[in-house]
Amino acid sequence: MPGVPVTRQELAPDLGFPVSSEPPRAPAGALKYRGVKLTLMALQAGPAAILLLLVIVLAVLSEVFLTLENIGNVLNQSAVICVLALGQLLVVVTRGIDLSVGSNLSLCAVVGTLVWRDQGSAVAAVLAVLVTGSLVGLVNGLLYVKGRLPHPFIATLAMLTAASGLALYLSGSRTIRGAPPVVNEIGAGRIAAIPGGGDIGWFPTATLAVIGVAAVLVLVLRVLVWGRWIYAVGGNPEAAVRTGIPVPTVLISVYVVCGFLAAVAALLTMGRGDAGSPTAGAFAELDAIAAVIIGGASFLGGRGSVPNALTGALIIAVLRNGLNLLGIDPNWQYMATGVVIVVAVELDVLRGHLERRFRSLQAAGAP
Amino acid sequence: MTDPAVLQVREASKRFGAVGALDGVSLDVARGEVLALLGDNGAGKSTLVKTISGVHQLDSGSILLDGEDITTAGAMAVRAHGVETVYQDLALFDNLDPAANFFAGRELAGPAWLPRGLRLMRHRRMADRTRELLERLQVSLPDLDATVALMSGGQRQAVAVARAVAFSSKLVILDEPTAALGLRESARVLDLVHRLKDDGVAVILVSHSMDHVMAVADRALVLRRGRAVGETVPTPDNHAQLVAWIVGAAGSRPV
Repeated sequence: MPGVPVTRQELAPDLGFPVSSEPPRAPAGALKYRGVKLTLMALQAGPAAILLLLVIVLAVLSEVFLTLENIGNVLNQSAVICVLALGQLLVVVTRGIDLSVGSNLSLCAVVGTLVWRDQGSAVAAVLAVLVTGSLVGLVNGLLYVKGRLPHPFIATLAMLTAASGLALYLSGSRTIRGAPPVVNEIGAGRIAAIPGGGDIGWFPTATLAVIGVAAVLVLVLRVLVWGRWIYAVGGNPEAAVRTGIPVPTVLISVYVVCGFLAAVAALLTMGRGDAGSPTAGAFAELDAIAAVIIGGASFLGGRGSVPNALTGALIIAVLRNGLNLLGIDPNWQYMATGVVIVVAVELDVLRGHLERRFRSLQAAGAP
Repeated sequence: MTDPAVLQVREASKRFGAVGALDGVSLDVARGEVLALLGDNGAGKSTLVKTISGVHQLDSGSILLDGEDITTAGAMAVRAHGVETVYQDLALFDNLDPAANFFAGRELAGPAWLPRGLRLMRHRRMADRTRELLERLQVSLPDLDATVALMSGGQRQAVAVARAVAFSSKLVILDEPTAALGLRESARVLDLVHRLKDDGVAVILVSHSMDHVMAVADRALVLRRGRAVGETVPTPDNHAQLVAWIVGAAGSRPV
């Protein structure tokens, strides 16, 4: 700094217009600050923007796409991925992963249809499904936390093969026909009360189930201390321990809830096919993980939301449906999903970069 | 200082295997007093701080907080007694807003008969308490709803310090609070230390920056090789003396 402060007026007295005595950096800094902030906000809506773009393009390319019947189909097909993605979301927020949800779904479907066939009680069948799913989740959590396996990838990979083997064993490798009528009603039913679908209706009951589950989860995450702890554990596990959050319990609980939601997805699958197949959920875990990642959740933990995870699941379902309608080779669907994953994560990388930029702008003293 | 010391450490010693990290260190800190801990790397500052905060246990010696013996208390118990430590890594939750950071692990929630995790959070009350606290400490954050990840280093440091004093602490230990900050932000954090002092909180400040120590500390204690080798009021006049103690040139002990 020079010893004597000199204003710009003194330096440029004869310009004929007032010169601001403020350093020129400030307004430019403020502008940049606001620009970065706006871009960050826009990126928050990234997944929704991708979905909207997809819908617009498909609506232009295909006359069928925006018919109520097709929308009903997309919703119905996406219901299982949606529920699985919600469970996966909780796990991913805590820096984990659950590879076993697909096998867990298969096992639950087999157990449910077996109980229904042998006992004839819908209540017993539904309870058996929910208990099986939760137990599988509990074992995952215990293996990871108490068994001190180095990463949930290991515990749930083991469970993926084990649960799938058990499902094949219990069912004799055959699909078991017949599910309780209530389950069929929810998994395959359409609501006639919503106009536009004629007598049968277009809006799937399974979507109502998804909305119900999502609403409960949003509420729980927002209202319960447990919900706050999930994000805290994901954001900074060490700090969570230091502040007295019961980290092991939180981690185990997350896998239990994920298993429970796999069981709910199993009920929807059973209902849709009126059967329990030991391969019903094969590879579903990949869809669930893809949905969560497309929905902007971070594998580094602590970030992800229910609406965005659902959006991610819908993007996958819409993409498949749209490419089908356009008569494009089904194998392209997988490649397209891959592209969407990369695009979504690149947007997330950009967001991280902008956050750092925002921080340094703030340190430099922008408002 | 007419007040009795909040913290009294007497003849604190700690060995790690063959290495003597602390060798009979004693110190007092009173209410509203800032004590700076100076010393070269490996002088024993970190060990001393960690034994006070309960992370390590002393081999011999005693630690009294308001007359109560906390020598053998663990980290959680020491925190419950009102000693908060702000480590260099801050231990903030980047993905949460300031209020959530303040109340992490001690969320205001009810009803009390439910298990802790299943209680309903009192969002409004936590937000109000946060605003009060930040106002009292004159910390201004641009956006209370923004996550901590979006804040600058100085703002994050302020959040961490505010969290430390959020729950009526008696003693706050700051470990290198300005190490990663620029000039302007360092000044803000030092202001904050002044305000803690005005609030009657006892502060232990670990710092390498002699300027910052002179700016806020009432006394400076110099550690060298696990021993207290000198104590004085940090003024520009004493600067040379302090540096001499730190590097071991003052001849208090043959090197």
